[in-house]
Amino acid sequence: MKRDPIDTSTASRPLAGQAIERIEDLRFLRGEGQYLDDLTLPHMLHAVVVRSSLAHGTLRSIDATAALALPGVHAVITARDIGIPVPRIPMRLDVLDELHAYEQPVIAEHKVRYVGEPIAVVLADSPALAEDGADQLIVDIEPLPVVTTRGGEAPALLFEDTGRNLAVTLRAVRGEVDAIFRAAPYTRREHFSVQRHAAMPMEPRGLLAFWNAEASHLTILGACKVPHANRRVLAGQLGLPEAAIDMQENDVGGGFGARGEFYPEDYLIAFAARHARRPVKWVEDRREHLLATNHARDAECDLEIACTREGHILALRGHAHTDLGAYIRTNGVTPSRNIAQVCCGPYRIEHVQIDVSVHMTNKTPVGTYRGPGRFETDFFRERLLDIVAADLGLDRVAFRRANLVRSTDMPWSLPVVMPWGGGSECDSGDYASTLAHALREFDWDAKRALDGQLIDGRYHGIAIGCYLEGGASGPREGARLRLHDDGRVGVYVGSSSIGQGLETVFTQIACDALDIAPEDIAGIFHGSTRYVNEGFGAYSSRSTVMGGSAVVVVAAPFKEHIRAAAAPLLGCAPDQVSLARAIASGPHGETVSFRQIAEHRAQRAEPVQAEGHFASNRRTYSYGAHATHVAVDPGTGRVEVIDYVAVEDVGRIINPATLHGQALGAIVQGLGGVFLEHLVHDEHGQLLTASFADYLLPGACDFPNIRVFALEEHPSPNNPLGAKGAGEGGIIPVGGVIANAVASALRPLNVGIHELPLSPAKLWASIADVRHESAGTAS
Amino acid sequence: MQVKLEVNGKSCEATVEARTTLADCLRHELMLTGTHVGCEHGVCGACTVIVDGAAVRSCLMLAVQAVGHSVVTVEGISLPEGLTDLQASFRRNHALQCGFCTPGMLTTAHALLTHEPDASEERIRDVLSGNLCRCTGYIPIVQAVLEAREAYRPKS
Repeated sequence: MKRDPIDTSTASRPLAGQAIERIEDLRFLRGEGQYLDDLTLPHMLHAVVVRSSLAHGTLRSIDATAALALPGVHAVITARDIGIPVPRIPMRLDVLDELHAYEQPVIAEHKVRYVGEPIAVVLADSPALAEDGADQLIVDIEPLPVVTTRGGEAPALLFEDTGRNLAVTLRAVRGEVDAIFRAAPYTRREHFSVQRHAAMPMEPRGLLAFWNAEASHLTILGACKVPHANRRVLAGQLGLPEAAIDMQENDVGGGFGARGEFYPEDYLIAFAARHARRPVKWVEDRREHLLATNHARDAECDLEIACTREGHILALRGHAHTDLGAYIRTNGVTPSRNIAQVCCGPYRIEHVQIDVSVHMTNKTPVGTYRGPGRFETDFFRERLLDIVAADLGLDRVAFRRANLVRSTDMPWSLPVVMPWGGGSECDSGDYASTLAHALREFDWDAKRALDGQLIDGRYHGIAIGCYLEGGASGPREGARLRLHDDGRVGVYVGSSSIGQGLETVFTQIACDALDIAPEDIAGIFHGSTRYVNEGFGAYSSRSTVMGGSAVVVVAAPFKEHIRAAAAPLLGCAPDQVSLARAIASGPHGETVSFRQIAEHRAQRAEPVQAEGHFASNRRTYSYGAHATHVAVDPGTGRVEVIDYVAVEDVGRIINPATLHGQALGAIVQGLGGVFLEHLVHDEHGQLLTASFADYLLPGACDFPNIRVFALEEHPSPNNPLGAKGAGEGGIIPVGGVIANAVASALRPLNVGIHELPLSPAKLWASIADVRHESAGTAS
Repeated sequence: MQVKLEVNGKSCEATVEARTTLADCLRHELMLTGTHVGCEHGVCGACTVIVDGAAVRSCLMLAVQAVGHSVVTVEGISLPEGLTDLQASFRRNHALQCGFCTPGMLTTAHALLTHEPDASEERIRDVLSGNLCRCTGYIPIVQAVLEAREAYRPKS
């Protein structure tokens, strides 16, 4: 690992809390990063995955004769080569027995259920030759009726054995909603929806697998996010002991929840390497990514609120429907579960009941994407709050403030989600404080005058919303600290990097925990099954909290081992040894450096090291408020975000620069989801937005006016750092806040906003509809 | 076929097919893997290299088309050790996270500032609009390029 020395000559301790420049940056800026496609192995074959061109059909036959006749094509692998039934991809999170029937086979056997489902793998000497081979494959699929929408009479069943396309209905519950609604002085019910879009990391997925037949050992490069969990799955599928597989993360070009889950290719490329007895590399192209990598969002909700006319919220109930696509993948119902559980957000709502029905359709499966379910449910709730405030003549800010969970309510229980049961508690915080902070930074009182005003042909609107970010999911994370022979400390963690600056943040944590400088660290070794016995990885904004805390926890026994190793050299007892700045001192001022300890120890067999874990099933809850000022051009439907202010409290900030980057990047991703990004299917289940020319991502000109402020007023009591997960908060409130600002701007026109995306075409059409109606009424 | 290319000031030979893109040739024949491929249809800009001084999508150019032209990649605008002023500005401004789009951002910015060291913020944004980044939200990247302008101005 190439490491850039950090200039710490002027850095004071602790390092946590300082915006230290990133360790990773040197190699990335010099073009020396090692992403998956940058790696090659001798005698390597290249794989192309042949995918279904139909959304639903019976797979009759695959004729590979012509493909295999091409020079340079070595093999074509189908379900038959693997052995039917082929392995299924198991759920990793939020497992339910009744959902096993919807798990995805690693390759299509008898049926295809979405455009992009793997049906064969071609192995050849180059990617181009493999594509030539794929073109020669003759695939016979008999079309079946295609299911693209939920409800009504379904034209077909995706899974005949289950007899239904509705996989499950989840329920989040707290208190007794129905009685409250019957007696409520005011209720309001609205329908909202969020379109299908996706995480879309800039580096497509890729894998490089190598089978050592002599040692019966498989090495997978390109692993990320959850390598230990994926190894467990793959070992089971291939009939190998876990120890026979190593998974290694390389530099990762963005994850955002989608990359690193176990996909069909994770099995297929490993199988291919063993099958061909040669290293096999597969790198996804962008069209393939758009078809094959998890989609996200795609939810609608009937949401109803009960409150007093003074604005005291009494209860919230609703029924959401999610379109999960063709299969339930590793974390398929997690977004649906979150829609149910955090629909109430940071508000003190005693009575809640949210049902979420999960539907199967002939589309790419849906998985987690930064703020899964939370982005959707925040849009539903915050939009409803503004509609109610307008209806009752309440001040939007006062309405929210009066209903926030108070610091004296902590720990505050979120609704329990059935059928799993079990709850989660908000750990700490003063939600009104971030709201006040956001109002101040935004200058809300001054900007109120602009709300609904038509200025130079554009309608101006402002809005503010509050949110919660659940992070740091359990149960554990592992870490190992080892004194290398040169006296530097190797930090081995079960966490994974998905490009978020993990090496820098963990360096800061380790330096503080061990009282050493960054140059005393040999490396942050992450994302590999070789580094720690048990690891969980990077999801649910957990790396800093869980992995960082594991480093803190393991630092104590590691320092004990250092003392014990130093004691004989210093001629004293271990408890007389003190450690500072990578030097061990005895009671009379004599010293040995870590390097001397390591050199002495190197003559003996066992290294100085400690391994352990941090365990917690209590999640952290960051929170905050976002405010925005937009201008809407009614002639084009284009919205300009004139100002966007985000305030979050993350408990404790390890690196303000990387935290700021997480928030800013997440907000712009959220704005992409609000205005631009839409995965559109036609009635045949064909994806109409299968390139970056059609699937629009935010660019440098789109959202230049964003201001982010991070607070650490209320540390989490649930971990030794006091930190809270903070990678997703930026995206969660964006839909609700922007939609409310647009609705507020267009109030003079009486345009209702109930759906995302707010693309210019859709918004223009909504404005035109209302104008047309009112023109009709006038005549 | 054998082609002779001038890459980063050096003459190189590579064996390519007529259909081989410049990006694939740089990455897999010349092992200059700093140039990244993110979409292969000319939208994301990760593969941007500098051809005869202009920022060009190496995924939309064939290797054979580069014969007789000067090609500069991210490796060619890096120093043997440490960081250039442009790269240091990216680091200081936290203008990268996963690093995948970064080489394309650097080559695009380098080509711009070489010709227009006084480029305005609006001009910088406009030119960078052809490069997609999914991590940073662009604001730090624009700031990094703004701050790097000084290094491209003629020394008085």
